[in-house]
Amino acid sequence: MNVRSTFLCLLTGLATPALSQGFAGLGTAADGFDVPQRGTQLTFPSDHGAHPDFRIEWWYLTANLQDKNGQSYGVQWTLFRSALAPGDTPGWQSPQIWMGHAGLTSASAHFSAQRLARGGIGQAGVSTAPFEAWIDDWQMTGTDDLSQLDISASGLEFSYQLSGLADGPLVLQGEAGYSVKSPEGQASYYYSQPHYDIKGTLTLPSGPVVVTGKGWLDREWSSQPLSEDQSGWDWFSLRFDSGDKLMGFVLRGKEVVEDFRSGTWISASGEVTPLRPGAFQAVPLAQAEVAGREIPVQWEVSLPEKGVSVIVEALNSQSWMEVSFAYWEGPVAISGSHSGSGYLEMTGY
Amino acid sequence: MTGAALAALLSYWRRHLFQLMALVAGLALATALWSAVQAINAQARASYDRAEQALNQGNRPSLVAPGGALTVADYVALRRQGWQVSPVLEGRLSLAGQDIDLMGIDVLTSPVFGEVSSPESEDADGSFLISMLTGSGGVLVHPDTAARLAHLDTGFVLHASQMVPPGQAIADISVASRLLQVPDRLTRLILTEEPRPDEARLTGLPSHIVLEQKTVTADPGALTESFHLNLTAFGFLAFVVGLFIVQGTIGLAMEQRRGLFRTLRCLGVPLRHLLLTLLAEITVIALASSFIGLILGYFLAIALMPNVAATLSDLYGAQVDTGLSLRPVWILSGLAMTLLGAGLASAHSFHSLWKLPILQAPSTRARGQQVRRSFTGWALAGLALILLGSVLLATLGGLVGGFAFLGGVMLGAALLLPFCLWKLLRLGQSLSKSPLVHWLWADARAQLPGVSLALMALMLALATNIGVGSMVSSFRLTFTGWLDQRLASELYITAEGDAQGAQIQHWLEAQGIRVLPIRYHDMPRSTGRLRLYGVVDDTTYRDNWPMLERQPEVWDRVALGNGLLVSEQLARRDGLRLGAHLELPEGWPTEVLGIYSDYGNPHGQAILALPELLRNAPRTPNLRFGLRLDSEQVPDLMNNLRDRFELPRENMIRQHEIKAHSLAVFNQTFLVTDALKLLTLGVASFAIFTSLITLWTQRLPQLGPIWAMGVSRGTLAVMDILRSLILAGLTCLVALPLGLVLSWTLLVVINTEAFGWRLPVHLFPLDWLGLVALSLFAALLAALLPAWRLFRLHPSELLKVFASER
Amino acid sequence: MVLTVSNVTKTIPGSDLSKPILDGVSLQLEAGRTLALTGESGSGKSTLLHLIGALDVFDSGEIEIDGKPISPLKEPGRAALRRASVSNIFQQFNLVPSLDIAANIALHSKLANRHEPPWENHLATRLGLESLLTRYPEQLSGGQQQRVAVARALALRPKLLLADEPTGSLDEETGEAVLSLMLELVAESQCALFLVTHSTAIAGALDRRLHLSGGQLA
Repeated sequence: MNVRSTFLCLLTGLATPALSQGFAGLGTAADGFDVPQRGTQLTFPSDHGAHPDFRIEWWYLTANLQDKNGQSYGVQWTLFRSALAPGDTPGWQSPQIWMGHAGLTSASAHFSAQRLARGGIGQAGVSTAPFEAWIDDWQMTGTDDLSQLDISASGLEFSYQLSGLADGPLVLQGEAGYSVKSPEGQASYYYSQPHYDIKGTLTLPSGPVVVTGKGWLDREWSSQPLSEDQSGWDWFSLRFDSGDKLMGFVLRGKEVVEDFRSGTWISASGEVTPLRPGAFQAVPLAQAEVAGREIPVQWEVSLPEKGVSVIVEALNSQSWMEVSFAYWEGPVAISGSHSGSGYLEMTGY
Repeated sequence: MTGAALAALLSYWRRHLFQLMALVAGLALATALWSAVQAINAQARASYDRAEQALNQGNRPSLVAPGGALTVADYVALRRQGWQVSPVLEGRLSLAGQDIDLMGIDVLTSPVFGEVSSPESEDADGSFLISMLTGSGGVLVHPDTAARLAHLDTGFVLHASQMVPPGQAIADISVASRLLQVPDRLTRLILTEEPRPDEARLTGLPSHIVLEQKTVTADPGALTESFHLNLTAFGFLAFVVGLFIVQGTIGLAMEQRRGLFRTLRCLGVPLRHLLLTLLAEITVIALASSFIGLILGYFLAIALMPNVAATLSDLYGAQVDTGLSLRPVWILSGLAMTLLGAGLASAHSFHSLWKLPILQAPSTRARGQQVRRSFTGWALAGLALILLGSVLLATLGGLVGGFAFLGGVMLGAALLLPFCLWKLLRLGQSLSKSPLVHWLWADARAQLPGVSLALMALMLALATNIGVGSMVSSFRLTFTGWLDQRLASELYITAEGDAQGAQIQHWLEAQGIRVLPIRYHDMPRSTGRLRLYGVVDDTTYRDNWPMLERQPEVWDRVALGNGLLVSEQLARRDGLRLGAHLELPEGWPTEVLGIYSDYGNPHGQAILALPELLRNAPRTPNLRFGLRLDSEQVPDLMNNLRDRFELPRENMIRQHEIKAHSLAVFNQTFLVTDALKLLTLGVASFAIFTSLITLWTQRLPQLGPIWAMGVSRGTLAVMDILRSLILAGLTCLVALPLGLVLSWTLLVVINTEAFGWRLPVHLFPLDWLGLVALSLFAALLAALLPAWRLFRLHPSELLKVFASER
Repeated sequence: MVLTVSNVTKTIPGSDLSKPILDGVSLQLEAGRTLALTGESGSGKSTLLHLIGALDVFDSGEIEIDGKPISPLKEPGRAALRRASVSNIFQQFNLVPSLDIAANIALHSKLANRHEPPWENHLATRLGLESLLTRYPEQLSGGQQQRVAVARALALRPKLLLADEPTGSLDEETGEAVLSLMLELVAESQCALFLVTHSTAIAGALDRRLHLSGGQLA
């Protein structure tokens, strides 16, 4: 395990259990950090900004895009924040650490890039009014209410520049933004903006591609995201052609511990229904060998109470984020009882 | 057959244990000195390589701001423009009087960190990394440095890593900026972009930031190469001297076993078989000796290593790790050299054995003739070598030419020695009237073939001693004189901060004490770091500063800001003469008004008027001052400063303390040289001793008739000692001029190339007298045992000469 | 025939070329017989002995040891001959100073891989050396040293024993004692003896006697 990947464990909170425990008790105690409280009212636009008293936080945008020939693409833009200690101070002494991930996926290729930055000196951060999240030259800027966003990032072989316009309200996940992550009560604050219409330009090694599509922004912060006996997660954001949307995740328990499943149903009309624990079902159907490991790239996802029984299949099975702490993240196609597209993130494999 | 023949051959050594010991000791000493030097070199080179890999910015392009300060804001701005750079903040940390070069890096983005945090410092749960960043912060240092700092309350966590060069420390930039108290400044930005940015991209940089040119002279390898060459030369010299011992003993063993060889051949052992058996014998002895030698060498290297490390760090600023590790390079080179050396030393003996007729020995007289002929041949070869060396010096020049010249002259002179001695002895013989004295000269001449190799060894050792001794003493004389000039202030103080500095300066001036601020600005340049000192206009400088060359009214012009003074090293490195212009950013004075000597400093240095410094580098700290006052008032002033400003004692250093420290550093620097000098002389004396012992048995036939003619054994013993002294004395006579040539080469040619400064040659005849006395004493000691044996010899032994033909 | 010398001629290089030191010498020696060669100093006795012992080479003619001619042999063959078939006893004994008496006695037989401890012990006893076996040559008198040389030579059980003035460096009494012991043991071990001496008294004790003069036998 090298130094940088150790950091990434800290940043993502997706460390192997041994690591997360050793990491100043990341998986367990909150160590002076604030802990999400049930019933807290989220306030905007201030909650769009950073919460340095919490250990980890992210601004996570995924988009399913198409060019004029109907070719599918996926784009990911993520800014992670992780704190060595609660609070913030200006200058090098700041305990805040930032990491950016950018991904671009087509049916035949997948690109990823990473940025790391220290807090306190202005190299990375998030400010509100107007909204601006940045790390180095990567940015996500927009209006106070996030209804409009401009997003850019670049890697060695790719870059993209997108803008998004939301045609619906923010969605508070879980219980009004309080999202439970384990039977023991580990939880996070979690809200989304799943309604973006995206347009922009991808620059690939072969040249620029003009694209349009749909985007989904997730915002989450917490101090103890994983239970000690959870090993990773499979996270789905599915957008059905019917206009309905489904966010669901499985936090995989270690060995005999049961998986923890949860999610949210967002109807075409914008009505938000938190799912009762266990209602969301996801079963791997086919594995692919990715970067030397077996990863499920085809899933059967069902939500019987909404009549959902679909096959979720990766656009590109090799959507491997080749960053220091690597994980799978890429666009998916949906078929079965519903059709559509979405994004799948799988960690801890 | 082989077993019986080998047993017969080996039985000789059982009966001649001393010879065996001399042989083993000669080989082992040679191997030990050689392999110790190789071990030290290998260790130092490995240290450089590691330092280069981990930290050499020469290989890693960096962005710097030559004209002014590089700020954290610059860094952030570049990052936000998409530049892949990693910040570096360098500074010097003083911990209870020990200076440490601290390098602050961003552990998240620095390519350096992954290389210096060795696997053992990483742990599975990442607590090592966390400790680098949180709490008081962690600092990575070499294990040697860690041990040195262990007892100090540094206020941070020390982590040992073999990958960090000794004397340096690496910390996260958050920790470094706190320790160095520079929250918003940076030294460099390492470019981590792949591929490397092209010209077009570089022109997009802000105007005050440029790509640092690859630094050539900052590479310790090139500078220290001369030092290692020096060491290697010493090692080789010692090795050659050791081989003289081996040659002597093997020659003796062969000579004394001639009878045995003939007997064995009469008894039917084929010649080829005999030679192979002897070859096996010498190989086994050589291997065993080299094993002993390697062990000795290992311990010798361990003993010398701290001094070598000190020398390298004092003279060149290169840091070497003092823990010695076994490396195949020097072990194999030691083994190979021993076998090769034993082969060389015994080649002649084998050759004569091959030619040895089965029935009788060739006559001694014929051999004498042959030897004299070969003396002339050697002398001619020696002259050719000296000529070749001189040609190389004239054509190649520089360090390589200097060493080629040294090698040629040393070896050439060694080859000339027997011829010169032969002639000198004949001269002595022709001048002497008394028959006994006449015989003494003749006898010395007869002994010459047997001892000439040992005498060559003595001469080389002596010449080296004279040469290196002159160099070190000249250096010391110059250095102390220079220190007296340079350290003119009676007291040197360091304030705790700029504000206190200003207060102290103000208060001191009110007391009527002359204050000379010591303020400098470090500037990264393409030829290495340049330290620019700003000085006030004071008679101290005008009276004392050690100038080598100067323009008229130099200090007035410096004060007016017309130009600056550069150190000798900087002048040589940049090829600057008086009136030339030093390459500096816009706004600095550049004309070279004077060149001053700055011994022992590997870095470039320049002096300009303080206002000029402050105009161009306004944030230069104002912490250190030299104070001019009556030295009797110094203790009172120190008490006053302590009471008034709570200035700690270690922040006030008196002139004599600095001088003592500097001289201690100087002496430390040349300890290795001294040690090797003495070792070489010791080995040479041992060589004389063994060759005299070797000759002992062959001398009886020559002594018998003299004794029979009524010269007492006591007189013979005294004459034996006299003969040895004559030979050693004449050798000294030849060694003196050679030593002078050597010291000239070292001081004028090699020093200038290696260190960047030139030293005046001083001569130290008293030292030479001492050395001559020492070698005569060594020769006396070496002759005492044979003479004692002669004195105690039973007459029947002398009678045997007549009783049987030999 | 243990030894046949046929018409051997030898010129010493550097000496008067017109006059060979050996000029057509021929002789024969049967197994178990003893032969004395006398002659003046410089008459070539020792040279002939060295030629027979394959220590030196002759110009023409032939020498056969045990029926085998030695002139075709190269150095290894001559060494093998010296090692296995012929023993020498020298005037200067030529003992190995660094080996003790026992090892000196056993040296030649060991070199020839014919080491026979009982026989060597027997010889040592017969020569009166049994109490001196752990001593070194320099601790022995001349007569004792020559007896060691005799023991070493006979330990090999050679077909032919060559002796060059074996008593030359001993006083008369000691010399006689050593010689008579040597003759007894030669008889006992059934080897032929070729002995060079300038003493007619010693020559008289042997089976046959030849005189070398002017390079020719008489």
